[in-house]
Amino acid sequence: MAHITLKEIAHSYTGESDNPDDFALKRLDLTWRDGGAYALLGPSGCGKTTLLNIISGLLKPTRGQILFNDQDVTALATEQRNIAQIFQFPVIYDTMTVFENLAFPLKNRGRSKKEIKPRVIELARMLGLEDSLYTKAQHLTADAKQKISLGRGLIRQSVNAILFDEPLTVIDPQLKWELRSQLKHLHKQFGFTMIYVTHDQTEALTFADEVVVMYEGKIVQVGTPKDLFERPEHTFVGYFIGSPGMNLLSCSLEGDKARVNGHQIPLGTSYAAPGSDNVKLGIRPEHLSIAPPDQEGFPVKILKVDDIGRHKIVRVALGESEMNVIMPEISAMTADSGSLIIDPDHINIYVDEHRVTGEVL
Amino acid sequence: MIEKQVNQKAWFMVLPVFLLVAFSAIIPLMTVVNYSVQDTFGNNQFFWVGLDWFKEIIHSDRFHDSFMRQLLFSGIILAIEIPLGICIALAMPKKGWGVPVCLVTMALPLLIPWNVVGTIWQIFGRVDIGLLGHTLASLGIDYNYTQDPLAAWITVVVMDVWHWTSLVVLLCYAGLCSIPDAYYQAAKIDGASRWSVFRYIQLPKMQRVLLIAVLLRFMDSFMIYTEPFVITGGGPGNSTTFLSIDLVKMAIGQFDLGPAAAMSLIYFLVILLLSWVFYTVMSNIGEESKGGA
Repeated sequence: MAHITLKEIAHSYTGESDNPDDFALKRLDLTWRDGGAYALLGPSGCGKTTLLNIISGLLKPTRGQILFNDQDVTALATEQRNIAQIFQFPVIYDTMTVFENLAFPLKNRGRSKKEIKPRVIELARMLGLEDSLYTKAQHLTADAKQKISLGRGLIRQSVNAILFDEPLTVIDPQLKWELRSQLKHLHKQFGFTMIYVTHDQTEALTFADEVVVMYEGKIVQVGTPKDLFERPEHTFVGYFIGSPGMNLLSCSLEGDKARVNGHQIPLGTSYAAPGSDNVKLGIRPEHLSIAPPDQEGFPVKILKVDDIGRHKIVRVALGESEMNVIMPEISAMTADSGSLIIDPDHINIYVDEHRVTGEVL
Repeated sequence: MIEKQVNQKAWFMVLPVFLLVAFSAIIPLMTVVNYSVQDTFGNNQFFWVGLDWFKEIIHSDRFHDSFMRQLLFSGIILAIEIPLGICIALAMPKKGWGVPVCLVTMALPLLIPWNVVGTIWQIFGRVDIGLLGHTLASLGIDYNYTQDPLAAWITVVVMDVWHWTSLVVLLCYAGLCSIPDAYYQAAKIDGASRWSVFRYIQLPKMQRVLLIAVLLRFMDSFMIYTEPFVITGGGPGNSTTFLSIDLVKMAIGQFDLGPAAAMSLIYFLVILLLSWVFYTVMSNIGEESKGGA
């Protein structure tokens, strides 16, 4: 077990370069606590897998250092780092049985048969593979194969960290849920440091204590699921997390008010004049509501109502700016206009896509 | 239920293929079958002899000798070319400028016509003017493929290895390239040794292409004719007279059409049988314990 520190890590697949566009990872500094359950969240191509491969040693970073417990391991090979990693698609050794597959990482490290057998059997039971222990892995379903891959990652008890690279992509939804809770359970039981890469926010938010959001090779926010929801540090986090994502409206600031399409929205806090024209007001659909047109609020046109079961998503237009509002199932939505009520406590202001804080009045 | 329409006219569509196969394969083959059960003294007069020619061939020492030589030759060829091909394929670069260089170099021997390959080695190995033969002779090594059966065998085998190992290399290389990176990465994570990577990842993933390589190399080497004919003409003595050389000697040299026809049919069946055995055995490797061990 170890806490893992990334120091000024940057990586370019074409080698050292002066052009920042060549870098798939752009200068990261981050510490992973020992025993933490982390999710690495971001869209495809944002550098999640690159970062994971750098931690496990499959890739050597172009710049920077990796420390395990303050020991520099940047130059160490994968085998010496004592890391487990599970990949997106099942990797199994075709000619081996399920048992041999699970035992392989232990066997390679010279463990005795006496030690291996009970461990393999215990793990197979946990993953529901005990019935096929002695069949050739080749003939199993994709689900079972991925369970074997997971098993090979979990079999060693003394690893520094277990890295998951979207491991449940090929697993069907019902089982996905089951395996995810099993992983959480294993985490509680053994206290491995787990880093879980995904582009699925539900997966990230349910699995992790802390979520690291990446965007275009940079870490844009590290925080608890609650932080990410309430105070997204970057507009990308705002609209990537949440369904639908945060509404972002171009605006101009006037002290404690924001002007959006001629409407003045009170902010509750006062902001200094921004040094840029790129100012946005962010508000989650959950923090908006619509009242009948004769009540106080901002007059909006109702464009569309989607009933998705538990609640309704209402698409409204305030002047030219469109936004989504989440309304409870029971509320009647018949009119084509209404008054939009905005909760000022949940407004975030972004200058050049980054959140700025104001002074409470 | 709607009755499925049946249209027998479709058979006419396959007629051209059928005719082509008939003219190119079935009719010539039937001619051979014809010759193999008859005897002739010329003048287009034929006598029915039944299976006599087959019995004669099967019991003839001459056939046994060339058959054993042929088996030995194919055995040696497979034993050298398959492992060597795998080794070279493993050593070839996976990316960069080296890939096209290696691929073109590997493909070159395959592009040279059989008789040219034979001629190259025939001259290369000559003691008087050949680079190889002369060099060996001046080093004091007694090498003369026209007189020494062992030297003749070594020359023919080395030539075939030079000519055809590339085919195995290219097939294996294709097999290796199709293995996803994740397998190698997982092996590193699992702490697998270089040998384990070969034994448990590369070899199983190459199984299919190896099957093709073994089949092709077996069939080709079992039917080899041109190159040894050009180099040694089957000699010295009969030491490099393989089945096809023997067959041509019998059919064209001695004009024994009946025995030659019987021999070609036996030859054909042997190749068919051995190829089937290879195919069955190799496609069953790794499948043997489908239901549990």
